[in-house]
Amino acid sequence: MDDFWAMGGYAAYVWSSYGIAAVVLLGNVFGPLIAHRRIARRIKNEEFDD
Amino acid sequence: MTRTRRRRLMLVGGLFVGLAAAVALALTAFSENILYFYQPSEIAAGEVPTHTRFRIGGLVENGSVERNNDDLLVRFTLADCEASVPVQFKGTLPDLFREGQGIVAYGALNESGQFVADEVLAKHDENYMSPDVAEAMKNQQGESCMPTNMQAKR
Amino acid sequence: MLWLHRFGSLPYFYRISRPIALALAVPGVLLAAYGVYGGLVEAPVDYQQGDAFRILYIHVPSAWLSLFGYTSMAVAGFVALVWRLKLAEIFLVAAAPVGASFTFLALVTGSIWGKPMWGTWWVWDARLTSELILLFLYLGVIALHNAIESPRTAARACSLLALVGVINVPIIHYSVEWWNTLHQGPTVTRFGRPAMEMDMLVPLLCAALGFTLIFGWLTLWGMRAQLLWRERRSRWVKRLFSDG
Repeated sequence: MDDFWAMGGYAAYVWSSYGIAAVVLLGNVFGPLIAHRRIARRIKNEEFDD
Repeated sequence: MTRTRRRRLMLVGGLFVGLAAAVALALTAFSENILYFYQPSEIAAGEVPTHTRFRIGGLVENGSVERNNDDLLVRFTLADCEASVPVQFKGTLPDLFREGQGIVAYGALNESGQFVADEVLAKHDENYMSPDVAEAMKNQQGESCMPTNMQAKR
Repeated sequence: MLWLHRFGSLPYFYRISRPIALALAVPGVLLAAYGVYGGLVEAPVDYQQGDAFRILYIHVPSAWLSLFGYTSMAVAGFVALVWRLKLAEIFLVAAAPVGASFTFLALVTGSIWGKPMWGTWWVWDARLTSELILLFLYLGVIALHNAIESPRTAARACSLLALVGVINVPIIHYSVEWWNTLHQGPTVTRFGRPAMEMDMLVPLLCAALGFTLIFGWLTLWGMRAQLLWRERRSRWVKRLFSDG
């Protein structure tokens, strides 16, 4: 198992790549969901600023 | 299809085709400048403007690597099928640097015809396989003096 | 053609996009997870690059989606310009941030991979430079959309930029064949002798397909948000929220 995490000495490169990818993907998942919810709430309360 | 749509289609399509043609022409005209490196045989043939700094790409010749442990100076020759150029470099080499590896070095020729590099980068090929398979393939086919991935494109 | 008209109907699209998104999300996440697991655990080490090559399983799907995303936006832009289809405009605007983030990932993971293998974080060769231009094109579409008040005018400007920028896509793909680059040539799309061992290739294809489905899922959710906002004054949207 330690071998797996060590990635043959390339752990810093491999795991930082996958870490950044995870962060970006999670942002992509929650971004539109949150935007959708916020828009739905504004429409419901008729909060149009224009 | 209505007339307005057909007109829009022609307009958008025409615009696109014209622009694509312009880009293709520009890239063809400037293709010399997009080249990333020259090959040793091109230097031997005098096709390279050697008074400036440039990049040279070739294979590290087997048995040519000499390391100096005191000051990190490395000497090796970069070769293609026809010619080779001696290179000297002081600094950290990439992990993939080894004999027979494709290398791109950046620097200039000195008076004695030595290429003094201040950057050495490895260019690996597009093949991915396990060490066992690589070993089997190596026995099957002899090593090429210049694999396709290192050949200069013209 | 009748189904197309029905699909073009905005309330209908809003209704069915939710189950479609779910139908993309579930297999997408499963395939991507299997692909990444296969790449990190099951695939053998590479003969040249050792374990560092495992970055490939995130780098290649990201790079593929950066090209696929922009091409699909250009197609949508063409449809939006010629047929003035609202859904095409909304797709274009919703896909841009997703595509941009995959382009960003392709550049960043490539850079992290380049440091130990090539010996540098970045070089200005044809492949890396054209991919960076692609990121700027994505950001241009996003900025253009935010800068123009009227949604229709904004969509038209974005469509034009997407269409013009798509010329960069074949340049990116063929850059490694047309010019000398530090980046190696194509592995997966190469004909003839397979350039990759099966145990390595299968997880890669699963990851690429999985991330493509995820791209569709995320873009659909972006479209739903865009659609609601653009149609906020319409009767069907008001009715949607009147009884809640």
